Amino acid sequence: MPQPVVELTHVTKRYGDVEAVRDVSFQIDAGEIVAMLGPNGAGKTTSINLMLGLRNPTSGTARLFGLDPKDLKARSRIGVMLQESGVPGMLRVTEIVDLFRSYYPAPLPAAEAIAMAGLEEKARSLVKDLSGGQHQRLYLALAVCGNPDTLFLDEPTVGMDVEGRRRFIEEVAALAARGRTVVLTTHYLEEADQLAQRVIVINQGRVIADASPAAIKSQVAGKRITFTTPSPRDESQFDGLPLNSKVVDDHRVRLLTSEPEQVLRELFRRGVELHELEVAGADLEEAFIAMTQREVRV
Amino acid sequence: MRTAPVLPMLGRQAYAEFLKLLRVPAFSVTSIVLPSMFFAFIGLGNAKEPLFKGSDVLFGQYFLASMALYGVANVMVLGFGISLANERGQKQDLLMKSTPLPAAVYFFAKALSALAIALMSIVVLSLFAAAAGGVHLGASQWLTLGARAMLCSIPFIGLGFALGYLAGPNSAPAVTNLIYLPTAFASGLFFPLQLLPQFLRDIAPYLPLYRAAHLVWNSVGVSYDDISADWLYMAGYTVAFFLLALWAYRRDQGKKFN
Repeated sequence: MPQPVVELTHVTKRYGDVEAVRDVSFQIDAGEIVAMLGPNGAGKTTSINLMLGLRNPTSGTARLFGLDPKDLKARSRIGVMLQESGVPGMLRVTEIVDLFRSYYPAPLPAAEAIAMAGLEEKARSLVKDLSGGQHQRLYLALAVCGNPDTLFLDEPTVGMDVEGRRRFIEEVAALAARGRTVVLTTHYLEEADQLAQRVIVINQGRVIADASPAAIKSQVAGKRITFTTPSPRDESQFDGLPLNSKVVDDHRVRLLTSEPEQVLRELFRRGVELHELEVAGADLEEAFIAMTQREVRV
Repeated sequence: MRTAPVLPMLGRQAYAEFLKLLRVPAFSVTSIVLPSMFFAFIGLGNAKEPLFKGSDVLFGQYFLASMALYGVANVMVLGFGISLANERGQKQDLLMKSTPLPAAVYFFAKALSALAIALMSIVVLSLFAAAAGGVHLGASQWLTLGARAMLCSIPFIGLGFALGYLAGPNSAPAVTNLIYLPTAFASGLFFPLQLLPQFLRDIAPYLPLYRAAHLVWNSVGVSYDDISADWLYMAGYTVAFFLLALWAYRRDQGKKFN
């Protein structure tokens, strides 16, 4: 049986009184593209840090290629983008890429890594002169320059505009298509949907779902009904409806249901005033909200 | 599974560290030029005078040795102290920590790059003192001075590391200067100890720069009964400062990566 890339076994991480990760177990196999999804503070970054050996579990074990994640042999096979990490501002892009290449046994040519990250035009610039989005691209170049089997990307598109994010996702998808394992965290749900074959949903330090994006969507079912109503907070009008979730913001009500016809029939029967009514298929975002509200086990 | 060869990694890392130091003029210019500037202010006027009545050693030679030592130790304490504290402040250690770069290679590369800057400061100072001050030394004296100044900088590498991990990024420049400048002064690098107040003369023998100063002054002809005690002190300080650095490093890493 091939060695799993990542193996977390009953891992708990406590910072003081806070349990950032609670009894998490899963493994990630070679070639998988996995998105870790969850709201801010859910424990995504802590999970990644545990996989990378940047943090030690309070209990349980973390393995990378079957080794201690701190083992340099394991680290020689991974590339990493971290949140809020810094790089020396007074080096040029090519210089720092060459520096990072020297850490790995079989690196890519520097020009190739820089091109993969779309930074060719800035190759001669000092790092301190790069924009926020270009910094993220530099981190991608540094993550791929060692030609690693596996990429860990923690919130990789933070600070990018919409176009930049789209291009970035395409580039990561291209890397993944060459057989690399990719583990990324995100709270941009469409990123997970576009990229990943497997989504691990984390909330309050627990894995609450682990399935394909499609399975997660189907699990929390069907349709999204959105409308505006004069008294959206009147709970009695929604009593007993077959809903998977309900979100009210301002006067707009969003219902998730697997039986939209039934729900609408009942709302009309109760004489609830509906304006700007829309019915559409749920996307991952709705699925996600429903799951974090109700802790659905998939 | 394999890892990258260590020597090319060390070479690249040392080169990168050297560029990082060199490209911050606030550090590189002051490190390389300041000793020569002090020599111009204090040493030039009396360069040809004997150190004291009847001495074979000229004040220019003596002060050249003082400033050579001041320069190299300055590079170590301030270079490491401030740059490490800054790098920690910008979380540069976070990404490095996730790469297969061994911590020992990183530190050794930093030490090599600082030694290179220290050597540059000695060369610039020596050329300046010879050209502008007419300071003459025999070939073996030049070499002994250079070698001893470089050797004496080694304990200060440990001190710089320790300060870099103990001081915050904002306080590092103040802390390192507050520690370094007064001790350089109290060790007699700027004015002979005989001119300093008694309490400073009392503590001077315990200061690392005072012991190092004996060794460099001796290399330009000042004679002492016995310099082996000075060598011993330097060895002791080297061990003590590196242990302090190791403790400070572990403390910092424990906070961040445990």
